[in-house]
Formats: sequence, structure tokens, C-alpha cells
Amino acid sequence: MAKSPETELPLKAFGWAARDTSGTLSPFHFSRRENGDDDVSVKILYCGVCHSDLHTLKNDWGFTTYPVVPGHEIVGVVTKVGINVKKFRVGDNVGVGVIVESCQTCENCNQDLEQYCPKLVFTYNSPYKGTRTHGGYSDFVVVHQRYVVQFPDNLPLDAGAPLLRAGITVYSPMKYYGMTEPGKHLGVAGLGGLGHVAIKFGKAFGLKVTVISTSPNKETEAIDKLGADSFLVSKDPEKMKAAMGTMDYIIDTISAAHSLMPLLGLLKLNGKLVTVGLPSKPLELSVFPLVAGRKLIGGSNFGGLKETQEMLDFCGKHNITADIELIRMDEINTAMERLHKADVKYRFVIDVANSLSSL
Amino acid sequence: MATEGKVVEHPKKAFGWAARDPSGVLSPFNFSRRETGEKDVAFKVLYCGICHSDLHMAMNEWGTSFYPLVPGHELAGIVTEVGSKVEKFKVGDKVGVGYLIDSCRSCQDCNDNLENYCPKFVVTCGAKYRDGTVTYGGYSDSMVADEHFVIRIPDNIPLEFAGPLLCAGVTVYSPLRFFGLDKPGLHIGVVGLGGLGHMAVKFAKAFGANVTVISTSPNKEKEAIEHLGADSFLISSDPKQIQGAIGTLDGIIDTVSAVHPLLPMIGLLKSHGKLIMLGVIVQPLQLPEYTLIQGRKILAGSQVGGLKETQEMINFAAEHNVKPDMEVVPIDYVNTAMQRLVKGDVKYRFVIDIGNTLKPSS
Repeated sequence: MAKSPETELPLKAFGWAARDTSGTLSPFHFSRRENGDDDVSVKILYCGVCHSDLHTLKNDWGFTTYPVVPGHEIVGVVTKVGINVKKFRVGDNVGVGVIVESCQTCENCNQDLEQYCPKLVFTYNSPYKGTRTHGGYSDFVVVHQRYVVQFPDNLPLDAGAPLLRAGITVYSPMKYYGMTEPGKHLGVAGLGGLGHVAIKFGKAFGLKVTVISTSPNKETEAIDKLGADSFLVSKDPEKMKAAMGTMDYIIDTISAAHSLMPLLGLLKLNGKLVTVGLPSKPLELSVFPLVAGRKLIGGSNFGGLKETQEMLDFCGKHNITADIELIRMDEINTAMERLHKADVKYRFVIDVANSLSSL
Repeated sequence: MATEGKVVEHPKKAFGWAARDPSGVLSPFNFSRRETGEKDVAFKVLYCGICHSDLHMAMNEWGTSFYPLVPGHELAGIVTEVGSKVEKFKVGDKVGVGYLIDSCRSCQDCNDNLENYCPKFVVTCGAKYRDGTVTYGGYSDSMVADEHFVIRIPDNIPLEFAGPLLCAGVTVYSPLRFFGLDKPGLHIGVVGLGGLGHMAVKFAKAFGANVTVISTSPNKEKEAIEHLGADSFLISSDPKQIQGAIGTLDGIIDTVSAVHPLLPMIGLLKSHGKLIMLGVIVQPLQLPEYTLIQGRKILAGSQVGGLKETQEMINFAAEHNVKPDMEVVPIDYVNTAMQRLVKGDVKYRFVIDIGNTLKPSS
């Protein structure tokens, strides 16, 4: 008979989990492994609330195993290190993102592309050595040092937490697809957790940034607060037509079903549309603009660990953090409802250390 | 929609075969070509390849055709006259013309040798030229073209082989180069084994790739491997074969112009792999985006090639002995050839023997 989550591993842990597809979270006792020779134990201070967490809680993607403790935008302080750990010391501020393990031997792992390893283990909801991984809506986590990143001294921990997922998810493709040439024109489709960080990176790379959104009421904030140069309402056919063929790159962060055709039309020749929004249904597209304009659509999935560290260091240098709404652990279900309606500017972050109390 | 082009009597009589309407049926047609201007090259057309696009244009399937329409954009012949300011060619040279006969020559794309992406590029056949007249293509006895759009055919490429390289050849060569799929040792898939597909196999092999042909027709396997040099063959409608090849390809050149599912093709790519679409598919396709996201894969397109690249391609073909497989036909076979082309019944390009069979009607 399977051991219960509470007893299968040596260290007692506590967090909030969902037990079924309602996605409602509630207190949950479970367990974690001992800190091994290559491990780092992290007391969790903050954890960002990512839309992927919501999809997983409700089993939108069909591969959730309950109970599940979500959370992969973890920032905390090191409490213990194994004897082989040289990069981190007790007291360091560190981050843990989307993965906690990979095979470490395949071509992707050897190229610091752990996120494309066929055997990667997610921070939560993944099978792991007979148990399952549980994420950052909890008091602590034990992670192999390879999957832990140093958190910049000058960045606030709470506003920096979303960088571990939202940040790297837009930074990685911007680098890989060469969307960093100063003076070029970047379109950011969708203004949520991913989109608002993409604007900040775009400006830091010296790009001209246009936000593409269905909501006209987001314009003032996009320009005055987030620093975008212009705003395009995608439901306005005339404005979309006038903007055709003006963008070098587009980051598409929209996770709802939408047509790619209007976005492709905005691209110049050789333009690149990168999709990171993880929509659950296939999207409709015509290949003609790809052929006639040598345009490309590329995907990208968060980032490897070396790149995540590079991204955090970049954020430290350019003072980039997310715009957040800090919540208590017991407000998480309300936050999830609001997230579902995109009612947040622009990321919820759970104040774990101050609000997660063991019952 | 199809329109009548401005009919102008140019000084030089010409003769060819044209479609008069969207039935696409071709018949003898007397017309005229302009005087050889100071930058023009005039040549006697000896061969012209039949491309599927000729058929699309003759039947106005893209809605952009001007009638009467003389198709043909894979021309090869011998120079008969050059304008006073022509520097690259002389009478007697072996030359060809491909898909483009003009472009604006001043935009960024033109300046970057990407005339094929110039918003004002002019197709060699059935399009409107800068003087308002209609361009007449290579199913004809002669051609006059600006030197910039004329390609030198290397000595060791016989003229009958040159035409298909100028369209089909560059259409596959360009993306193999541009998307970095030309490195030795890469594993390249080619979807569809027709005019474009067979050229893709040959160029990819010349680049040192391991090539897998992906097709719906099992009976093409022997030929693909024994004759064209492909390393393996995959039936795209066989789920077991597809499953067995998941995540094995660095790049795929997809030449199929009918609607077909993208998901299996994307699944065949390794992570960071690239699926390049070349077929002009008018209907929308379904793109399962998560498959691109999970493997950082790319879906892109490409269209013929610029002039500099076309010259580079044909020089490469000459050096590496890359030649199309063709069926040479007389001009009066052209309608039958078009019908066979619709059914994919050709290995792998028809080429019209213009020089020996196109005679003016009395």
C-alpha cells in the first residue's frame, strides 16, 4: 500500500494543496527528503502565483495528480547545504523555478538546456523517485544545487519571485531568437504576468515596445507605468491595418485561443513571432504569410538554469522586478478566482513566511 | 480576380502558348516583346520547366492573373542581344530566368538581395510589369529581361536541366541555407516527393545531410532511396512509422501544397528543430502551439530566392552535380502535361523542349 504524503519521506513539511479538479487549495501536511550531499534546503519566503499553477490545480492539461502543492516562483533563504555544495551558503537568498531535476547527461542538459531534457522533473506535480514533487506554496523545499539560483542582493525578494518563471519565460526566447537588437520594434501581445515583464525586458534591451491588447483601458498603465512606447488595440481593424509590417518581433503571451493571423500581419519581412502562452487548443494559421514574408513562429519553454541565473543577474543590473500584489496564504483561493478573470496587476505573490502557519 | 492586361504592340514579334481564361487550357499565341533596352538581355528560349505554380496562375487560382497568360518561369536559353550598358553577359552566353522578372530595386529587401520579398516584385509570367504591360513567360520563343534578373548557367549544366533549378532548385536551396539546415550530419526530412521535394533531397544530400523522405505514397520508396539517394523513407499516414521517428529530425522541408496536419511533422522534429513550409496552401491549418513551446521548435516559410542566391545555387549545383530529374516534352503536349501534373504523375519535372518544338503557327 502506498505511503501517505505525510510519511513517505523523512522531513515533515506543510503547505496548501488542491485535492481535486475544483482546484480549491487548503492546508496539507506532507514530507520532503533529507538534505543530501548535493542539496540545498530553502526556507520559502515568497512564492509567485503563475497561471500554470491554476491550470494544474484544475487539471486543465489533463496530467494533474492530486493532491498537488503548486508554486514554481520560489524565493527564500538557504538553511542547509550538502557537503558538495560550494555555490551557496546558509543565509544566502536564492530562487527555485520550474524544474528541480533533469537527467544531466543528455545533449540538452549538456548544453544548459535542462528545460528541454526529456526526463526533466517539474517543481510540482511530477513523479519523483516513487513520490511526487510539491511546489512553493509550502514552508521549505530541498533541491539539488544545480537547480537553485542566486538571488540578486539589490532586488526585493517579493517582487523578484515572479522572475523565476514569468521572467525567464520571456527572457529566454528574446535571447534565443535574437530579439534584442537596440532600436528594433517589439510587439508584446497580452498584458498579464508574462506580458508586463516582456515590456520591461524589451525596454532594457533598447527596443521600441508596442503592447497589443484587446483592452483599451490598459493603455495608460502600459505607457505611463510600464514604459511601453505605444499601445495597439487588436480589436480595432483600422489601427491594426496601419500597423501592418511594422514589427521586427512579437512575443505572444496570450494563453486563450486566438488567431495568429493578425499578429503575423504586424511583422516585417523575416519577422519572428514567439509563442509562450501555452494555449490549450490548436490555433488557426495560414502558411501564406510565412512563405511570402519568410516569417517564423517559434516556441519557447521557460529556460535552463544557467540562463535563469543570467536573467536574474540582468534584472539585478537593470533593476527589473515584477509588479505584484502581495497576498496571504489564506487568500490564495480568492486570488485564483481573480487570476482566472485576469484581475491582477500583474502577478500575485504569496507572503509564505509570514502567513503560512502550520495548523 | 483575373483581368485583361494592357495589350501593347512591342517592336519584336514573339510566339508562345497562352491560356485565355481560367480553364487554363493553353494554345498558340502571337504576341510581342519590348526592344532590348540598354540594360536588357534578350535570349532565345530553348527550354522551359513546367512548375505547379504555372498551373495555379493559368487557372487564376490565386486571383492575380492577367490574360492572355503565357506561363513559364524556369527558362533557359542562349543570349541573342545585349543592351549597351549590360556588363555581365554577351551574345552566345547560356542564361536563364526564374520566378522574378522585376522588383523595385530600391527598398531594403532589394538592397539586401532579397528581391523575392520586395513588396513590388513582378512574376515572370501573368503579372503586371512596370510599364503596365503583362509579363509573358517562358512557354515562348524569346525573352527580354533586365540583366539583374538574368542568371548565368554554368557550362557543365546542360540547358535542359537548368530551368527547374531556377525555381524549384532555389526554392529549396534558400531555406536550407537561411535556416542553417545545410550543415553536414544534420538529419533533414523532406515532405512530398514532387518537383520541389526531389530537389530538396538532392540539395540536402549535397550538403551532407542524412535525408528522410516523408510521403503518403509507399510506391515512391524504392525510387527515393535507390535513385534520389534518400537515406530512409517514412509513410506519413502510418502512425507506427511516425511514432518510431519522433524527435529525430533537425529540420523538415515541407513541399506539400495541399492541406495536411502539422502535428505529426512538428513531432518528428528534435528540440530546436525547424519546419519550413514551401507549399502555397491557401486554406488555414491548425497549429498546436504547445508542441512548438515544449521543444523550442520553429515553424517558418520561404519563397523562391533572391537573384544573388539563385546564381549561388546554380553554381553550387554545377559543382556538386545536382540536377533535376525531368521528362522533356514537346510544346503541344503541354495541356496533357498539366493534367498529369495535377495528379502528380511526373518524375519529377516536365521541361518543354521549346527550341525544337515551338514553331509559330502559320
